[in-house]
Amino acid sequence: MNARDDSKGGTVRAGYVRPLDIRNGRIDMSHGAGGRAAAQLVDEIFLAAFDNPWLRQGDDGAALVMPAGHTLVMATDAHVISPLFFPGGDIGCLSVHGTVNDVAMMGAVPLWLSASFILEEGFSLADLQRIVQSMAAAAREAGVAVVTGDTKVVEKGKGDGVFISTTGVGAVPPGVRVSGAQARPGDVILLSGPVGDHGVAVLSQRESLEFETTIVSDTAALNGLVAAMLEVCPGVRALRDPTRGGLATTLNEIARQSGVGMLIDEAAIPVRPEVDAACELLGLDPLYVANEGKLVAIVPAAAADAVLAAMRAHPRGREAVRIGVVQEDPHRFVQMATRFGGRRVVDWLAGEQLPRIC
Amino acid sequence: MKYIDEFRDGDIARRIAERLQAEVDPSRQYGFMEFCGGHTHAISRYGVNDLLPANVRMIHGPGCPVCVLPIGRIDMAIRLALDHGAIVCTYGDTLRVPASGGLSLMRAKARGGDIRMVYSAADALTVARDNPQREVVFFAIGFETTTPPTALAILRAQREGLNNFSVLCCHVLTPAAITHILESPEVSRYGTVPLDGFVGPAHVSIVIGSAPYEPFAAAYRKPVVIAGFEPLDVMQAVLMLVRQVNEGRAEVENEFTRAVDRQGNAGAQHKMAQVFAMRPAFEWRGLGEVPHSALCMRPEFAQFDAERRFDIGYSAVADNKACECGAILRGVKKPTDCRIFGTVCTPENPVGSCMVSSEGACAAHYAYGRFKDIPVRASA
Repeated sequence: MNARDDSKGGTVRAGYVRPLDIRNGRIDMSHGAGGRAAAQLVDEIFLAAFDNPWLRQGDDGAALVMPAGHTLVMATDAHVISPLFFPGGDIGCLSVHGTVNDVAMMGAVPLWLSASFILEEGFSLADLQRIVQSMAAAAREAGVAVVTGDTKVVEKGKGDGVFISTTGVGAVPPGVRVSGAQARPGDVILLSGPVGDHGVAVLSQRESLEFETTIVSDTAALNGLVAAMLEVCPGVRALRDPTRGGLATTLNEIARQSGVGMLIDEAAIPVRPEVDAACELLGLDPLYVANEGKLVAIVPAAAADAVLAAMRAHPRGREAVRIGVVQEDPHRFVQMATRFGGRRVVDWLAGEQLPRIC
Repeated sequence: MKYIDEFRDGDIARRIAERLQAEVDPSRQYGFMEFCGGHTHAISRYGVNDLLPANVRMIHGPGCPVCVLPIGRIDMAIRLALDHGAIVCTYGDTLRVPASGGLSLMRAKARGGDIRMVYSAADALTVARDNPQREVVFFAIGFETTTPPTALAILRAQREGLNNFSVLCCHVLTPAAITHILESPEVSRYGTVPLDGFVGPAHVSIVIGSAPYEPFAAAYRKPVVIAGFEPLDVMQAVLMLVRQVNEGRAEVENEFTRAVDRQGNAGAQHKMAQVFAMRPAFEWRGLGEVPHSALCMRPEFAQFDAERRFDIGYSAVADNKACECGAILRGVKKPTDCRIFGTVCTPENPVGSCMVSSEGACAAHYAYGRFKDIPVRASA
């Protein structure tokens, strides 16, 4: 509202803007039009939650100073999850964890994030605030700042509530070089904990599939765990978080990148009984179900025990285990010794994982 | 998991493997067909073949409902979605089956068809209730396992007066398919498929019981052992088959007594009979026309029969010439005998039906077993 003289009575306070009605308000097209409504949305929801010197500056971008001698790492991730809120998390914290973890898997210390939001017309402001606050809390916990961002609004029916895209920048200390292309025959494969929690927690909330489970998503930032691992072994060869496509896909990616094979032991791979049961019922294989707070590490055999001990000493790696070894194989197969006593290929996921009918 | 882990126990598996090794006659070969895709999946996923004696060969049968669904039937479902604007509800693993014109249900969905994955016929009913202004078709596939739930859905739709719900019925029958294989020239005349017995269906048998297998066990002198879908069930069934063969018996035995009896589920059978009638013949992918092998809906349920409701006819579509699915489904060839296996035809781009569902012989072998065909150098 403009501050002007109003002879009909009432007092107009200079600079006063009526606060957003967060409880009942909804996103409309004006929130994306770049005018006052857009500025208000940014101020009251985004700035209020993410507050930091870069954002307070009010510029179009953030000027960042890299620690001397470090290598810059950048990673980006788009988040389109449905449902937006699930047991153990929401799209907000997930969009921070996902990108922080991608940066951390490069051996980098994550420092800054950008965040852009595509909002659907009609989306509730209360939900948006809840999501943004969850993002802010996740960023604080991971020790990163959201230093720049953007908001766009699309017409109703052209989005799914909210899509969030985040980009992360981190710094790799001198002497550390982590890459999926560095696995060597003889290396040991470590896993930071049970697989499948996130995928099953999300599935349990899907419309048409709702089932009751005590499983919550494992969504978490892993940069602290990675730091603890690199401290005992700066020569960690490869790190990766098995998100979409699950553990099986991640191992195949590393095997292909490094030109090696792998042999893993089914009995060593932890799966919570509830996850196992849900997968059994739904006809899914937990090895292909997504995780958001787990990592796979390839380490030289000589360092395996020390790294494993460091993982177990960290809250995010308490259930860490050794699951197999890297081996020479021109065909780059990931093989698994089954609990049953046989051996099989653990292949790439073909298409989407679809439930079997029988 | 209780009641599951017990049937996946590696120690017990090794004990059965030792028993098998001791009891097989080293001077002969044994060929057993596991009819069901569920068994094929268990064998591949748990590496059961590694525990079987070298002279026992498992032949994958045609019991993967997705694999035997002919292209023309998928085309019908696609037409219902794209041309008739119906919401087509389907089981998940049907989505990727290749159809005519480079389409599949998944690709038809990308072209704007309203195609939804459901976990049961009841879910399709819910979709129909929630969309009263739209036509909703349930694409009903599967053997006797999935047939009773389809019958129940139709009966419920009738009771509720649900006028926008119909079913594209593609349900097929197990005993007819087994008989068809036994009658095939490769088995009956040339002996090129050395078939010494069957691992009989698990879930199908819960519905139909063990009695329906008795006539052909006797007539064709082939033992049948009904087995559950867990890997230990399969191991135990193979041991029971070896014993029957060694003793010259050809009986129907039941390893899956925790779920199957001789008569089956009378209630389910009654519902099936109430809603469905026998089709004179039905095309199976890979097997061709098989007489009295599938179900259609009785005339009194015509309004729920998508074929009549939308007046869509079936037209057969020939398989890709290079595809060996037919021979593989009959046990005549192995996946690796096919020229396009693993090259042109992969799980990402399936040409033949056996590569589509993870229960299909080719997909199971590609996903779990192909390292055995390619020499792998020993680890360093």
